[in-house]
Amino acid sequence: MIVPFLFELRERGVPVGTTEALALAEALAAGLHDSSLEGFYYVARATMIHDVAHYDDFDQAFSKYFKGIEVQAKRLKDELFEWLKDAKERQRELSEEERRLIESMDLEELKKLFEERLREQDERHDGGNKWIGTGGTSPFGHSGQSPQGIRVGGPGGNRSAVKVADARMYKGLRDDITLDTRQMEVALRKLRAFIREGAEDELDLEGTIEKTASNGGEIEVVTRAPRRGNTRVILMMDIGGSMDPYAHLCSRLFSAAKRASHFKELRTYYFHNCVYGHVYETDRFDKPIRVRDLLHECGRHYKLIMVGDALMAPYELFAAGGSLDLGDDRGTEGIRWLMMLADHFDRAAWLNPEPERYWTGNTIEHVRKVFEMFPLTLRGLGDAVTHLAKGRSYGLH
Amino acid sequence: MNHPKRFSGTENYLTNDSLEASVNCAIVLEKPLLVRGEPGTGKTQLAEAVSKAFGMKLIRWQVKSTTRAQDGLYVYDTVQRLYDSRFGDRDVNDIRQYIKLGPLGQAFVSDERVVVLIDEIDKADLEFPNDLLNELDRMRFYVDETQEEIVAKHRPLVIITSNAEKELPDAFLRRCIFHFIEFPDRDLMQRIVDVHHPDLDKQLADQAIEVFYQLRNMTRLRKRPSTSELIDWIAVLKRTGIKNVTLDQNLPFLGALLKKEQDLVAYADQIAGGRRWRS
Repeated sequence: MIVPFLFELRERGVPVGTTEALALAEALAAGLHDSSLEGFYYVARATMIHDVAHYDDFDQAFSKYFKGIEVQAKRLKDELFEWLKDAKERQRELSEEERRLIESMDLEELKKLFEERLREQDERHDGGNKWIGTGGTSPFGHSGQSPQGIRVGGPGGNRSAVKVADARMYKGLRDDITLDTRQMEVALRKLRAFIREGAEDELDLEGTIEKTASNGGEIEVVTRAPRRGNTRVILMMDIGGSMDPYAHLCSRLFSAAKRASHFKELRTYYFHNCVYGHVYETDRFDKPIRVRDLLHECGRHYKLIMVGDALMAPYELFAAGGSLDLGDDRGTEGIRWLMMLADHFDRAAWLNPEPERYWTGNTIEHVRKVFEMFPLTLRGLGDAVTHLAKGRSYGLH
Repeated sequence: MNHPKRFSGTENYLTNDSLEASVNCAIVLEKPLLVRGEPGTGKTQLAEAVSKAFGMKLIRWQVKSTTRAQDGLYVYDTVQRLYDSRFGDRDVNDIRQYIKLGPLGQAFVSDERVVVLIDEIDKADLEFPNDLLNELDRMRFYVDETQEEIVAKHRPLVIITSNAEKELPDAFLRRCIFHFIEFPDRDLMQRIVDVHHPDLDKQLADQAIEVFYQLRNMTRLRKRPSTSELIDWIAVLKRTGIKNVTLDQNLPFLGALLKKEQDLVAYADQIAGGRRWRS
């Protein structure tokens, strides 16, 4: 029972394996699920899911997998109440003793008795009862203790597990949807590298001890430079036109990058549709910077992050002078400028807010050949950062 | 080990089925419990509540950006030994007196099962959780200096909190029971407010909670108010004898709820019906 559910989760990209299965089995053996589907839902989630980004996948898998179970449990409950009603009506057929017994018990006790009887039967007949058979397919009914698992009638008032799962409360926390500033900061944080440089104002304890010891016990203090971030980043953003719908998203990325304190240097530039001879320091395009100058200033160890939808008219990418730019380099095509940028830096990535399904059959397809492209989602940003962090060659220039 | 009791919150700490299931899983499976959630959802208080509910001692380990995994196990005070060797105060050959156990080390040698709180694990370096993997898994570590192995007498219940500032490594996550504390819904918030302000006027409580959730729904706030801010705000309202609150320009003691200047501006803007786009 657990294993197929495990594969259901794996199919949805949730990393679960033997460890999780064993943990869940152990928790169930300890009875932590209180013999209820809600209990099972929480216990399974606690033991198998390690990231809130997978809560939604879990909910979907759970809802798909266990929807039928609840129906079966309900049928069992109805059957039980039928039986109880029958028993009440057929009082005449019962012995005096039995009748007294029935009258003396309330519904709860009767139910308990019924469950007990079911259990006894199972032990004797080894799953002979049809309803116990149903119980056997339930999540609680693993390896022979099945009927105990179904809580007939169930506790009232609680939301059932399938309903909880159906509500998909954690949809907003999936990692393949677009993100807020904080999440971006977290993602960008991975893009860092430390070196020791600057003033030597940190006490090097190990060094001090070493020196002192070799100095015959005469204390000698050794200092060193503190660790500092050494990543330099260039962020280029496409604004205006087709990027307007994503303006808010881009401004979040921008502020996240600005606030990331672990970058040694962050340069931000703007462009429209495609980079040509110039990029601009402000979003009003009034401080042009020559791309050739920029490349001269910034060594190849800078990490280049391009943000844009890469959607434009084909001539803007392929025709010489296709730009509205008034620079000196009008004879060079847009795609050449992009290639120049991509070639100059060790690592560059393009973040695209357009959904991935629109990445073919337009100019995106061509830009993707030049830049490694990632969707502007939490996962995409994470992947882009991993890509950028690779092949670090700091300190060479 | 027997587990006589199940966790079901305390008088001052309200839980739900989901959180209880996670805590009980962690206790029974003897795995660390990793708790995540927005600030102000009571992650740290959970450890206190668990410790109180089971009458187990709580050992705190507040993680900072400079904390190393080793600090939690033991620290070898070399400088002290160096000084002692110079002035001859103590027998420097006995290294044991210079080994100071950290929070995890103390928990291991404790004669009874304790709760260890590793608070805000994501504050530390990215490698920090990885360095603790083995110790948390096997609940033992080796003191190199004295050639001694310290083995947990009773596996402590480890509760780890994280603000999700950093991604934790997968290998670490796999060894934990994970729980995400959701922000309380209205019903739960009502009960939380009741616990903290039992004598509060019902009407004011309803209004305050209403305003609070409306505020939280404002999309442009950078730091949305959390539970502790609501509790504080209600305390202020009570002290000043205010009876009615509504979401408008004159919301009293707004500063108790919104802590950032931009948020106050955004609030004023939104209340005035301004639809100014953020530049």
